[in-house]
Amino acid sequence: MNAAKAQSKDFLLAVEGLTVSFDGFKAVDDLSFYLDPKEIRVIIGPNGAGKTTVLDLICGKTKATSGSIRFDGKELTRLKEHQIVHSGVGRKFQTPSVFEDLTVFENLEVSYPQGHSVMGALAFKRSAEVVAAVEDVAETIFLKDALDQPASLLSHGQKQWLEIGMLLIQKPDLLMLDEPVAGMSVAERKKTAELLRRITKDHTVLVIEHDMQFVGDIADRVTVMHQGKVLSEGSIEHVKSDPKVIEVYLGH
Amino acid sequence: MKNTSPLKWFASREGLYYLALALLLVVILPLALDPFRLNMVGKYLTYAFVAIGLVMCWGKAGILSLGQGVFFGLGGYCMAMFLKLEASTPEATAIQSTPGIPDFMDWNQLTELPWFWEPFHSFSFTLLAIVGVPVALAFIIGFAMFTRRVGGVYFAIITQAIAAILTILIIGQQGYTGGVNGITDLQTLMGWDIRTDEAKTILYFVCVGLLFVCLFVARFVQNRKLGRILVAMNAQENRVRFSGYDVAAFKIFVFCLAAAFAGIGGALFTLIVGFMSPSFIGIVASIEMVIFCALGGRLSILGAVYGALLVNAAKSGFSESFPELWPFAMGALFIGVVLAFPNGLAGLYQTYVMPLEDRLFKRKPKAAASAPAKPVPAARQEEGRDYDPMLDQYSPEKS
Repeated sequence: MNAAKAQSKDFLLAVEGLTVSFDGFKAVDDLSFYLDPKEIRVIIGPNGAGKTTVLDLICGKTKATSGSIRFDGKELTRLKEHQIVHSGVGRKFQTPSVFEDLTVFENLEVSYPQGHSVMGALAFKRSAEVVAAVEDVAETIFLKDALDQPASLLSHGQKQWLEIGMLLIQKPDLLMLDEPVAGMSVAERKKTAELLRRITKDHTVLVIEHDMQFVGDIADRVTVMHQGKVLSEGSIEHVKSDPKVIEVYLGH
Repeated sequence: MKNTSPLKWFASREGLYYLALALLLVVILPLALDPFRLNMVGKYLTYAFVAIGLVMCWGKAGILSLGQGVFFGLGGYCMAMFLKLEASTPEATAIQSTPGIPDFMDWNQLTELPWFWEPFHSFSFTLLAIVGVPVALAFIIGFAMFTRRVGGVYFAIITQAIAAILTILIIGQQGYTGGVNGITDLQTLMGWDIRTDEAKTILYFVCVGLLFVCLFVARFVQNRKLGRILVAMNAQENRVRFSGYDVAAFKIFVFCLAAAFAGIGGALFTLIVGFMSPSFIGIVASIEMVIFCALGGRLSILGAVYGALLVNAAKSGFSESFPELWPFAMGALFIGVVLAFPNGLAGLYQTYVMPLEDRLFKRKPKAAASAPAKPVPAARQEEGRDYDPMLDQYSPEKS
């Protein structure tokens, strides 16, 4: 028991025996996987495999039926969503969810990790530091020239970048991205891959993605999910040649 | 561009809108109207407090409350209880079987003052209670609903149910509350007769003064980051939550703020009208308050003031000539607003009048100013941006 504990401390994220059941249907079933610090892990799997549900469970959107999620030595399953964010987990949704009524600048500013309480939000000042951080992130996500535009005017791809930027400015230890290149043009895909490669240098990243080319580009390790369980795990070559994976996901 | 000094602010576009409202309420209406009509305007203005709260709560944060009358009523009843106790001295009530308690209690065979009436002998307690009681109830409702993620239509229905419950409770507990008649025959405030024309005029100005205090509080909140979070929460609640904010806490805050405004409005209503009754807090009254806000423009706190004034003036006008038609007129008004101009008068003003202003004062039209994506200015300031009266906040910064 002690040995197991000591071991789990070395991982940034340790998911063990995670199960969630919706009216008897186990969307995630006794799932375990471990993330090393600075690792890029991609989760792939057919539709309905429970990939998005795993992210929902880690970020607290869905409550686990049983199992544990330890992040940086902290048990996340008992925390509320905003507390999980404060522990250093950032989550990007599949469909871009940015604040359309606010400008790009304000979108990033709202995400800046300061003034999160009601009183803090009343007292919050737009300091030089905040402006610098916003402009810095805007540069990274190719939106430096669009800072004053309402987010509603951005293209689909730009909204995806903005949401990634809103995560970056939170300075999370773990970034979770749900299909970041879905619905993007080829040019946008390329830019996003470049953006992710840059981000992944100093973050631990958990990505859900279908584009195998893209997965091969960025992944350190790949976890293949099927019917709520881990089907295979390892390097991209390893999972690509795994007969079980070929059977249910990649096809012959 | 930056104008932080108060004097410069009054010369800005937003400042001029506030000045215009002040001019109307402080100079034009008092000069143009006799004390009776001015008192009626004062009564309308007490509803503007509720409407401002609804702009923050409904317009900005998207929390539609159909029970704001509850908070208006609680504030009003707190004030009425104090005034009633002052009017019920043992000398003035000597003919009652129990002198020294309010008359309606005596009629209902009560022989001593109920415990919850006792603190209302104190004026400072009453002032605290006018804000504190509505806020406390709003906190309880907000905590129970928002931490359980109850929102939208369900929340609206629950607030409406609470309005119904409170009305039934007040009417049913006649001995403690004055029942359906309410608390009437209020005479003096700390020995000052509130029924004279002079007192009514003074109360009108007190009401206008407090209205501006509430307007500035609301303006302060919406121009802070908190205001942006409210707007953000309205559309993308999950994104706000996963940006590290406790969404429920922000909803509770804005709901309590709206309740505080409504409570102050209710207390002034009692002073200006001279009595308080359950008819001002029920479902119909609460829905009317939403209409004031919707007509004025649910995104604009200034619009809400005009909305409250106009709808109430129309109501008085209609009721004087065709009393039976008013409910239909109001229903039509509400449907009209929702269908034809969802952003209310403030929205119409922005679409049709502001371009004229731009031409008149040779301001650069907004579209032209924002067209080129200019380099980002080194120092960004929240102040000093163009004011957008429809959103009632500063527009994106133009360099």
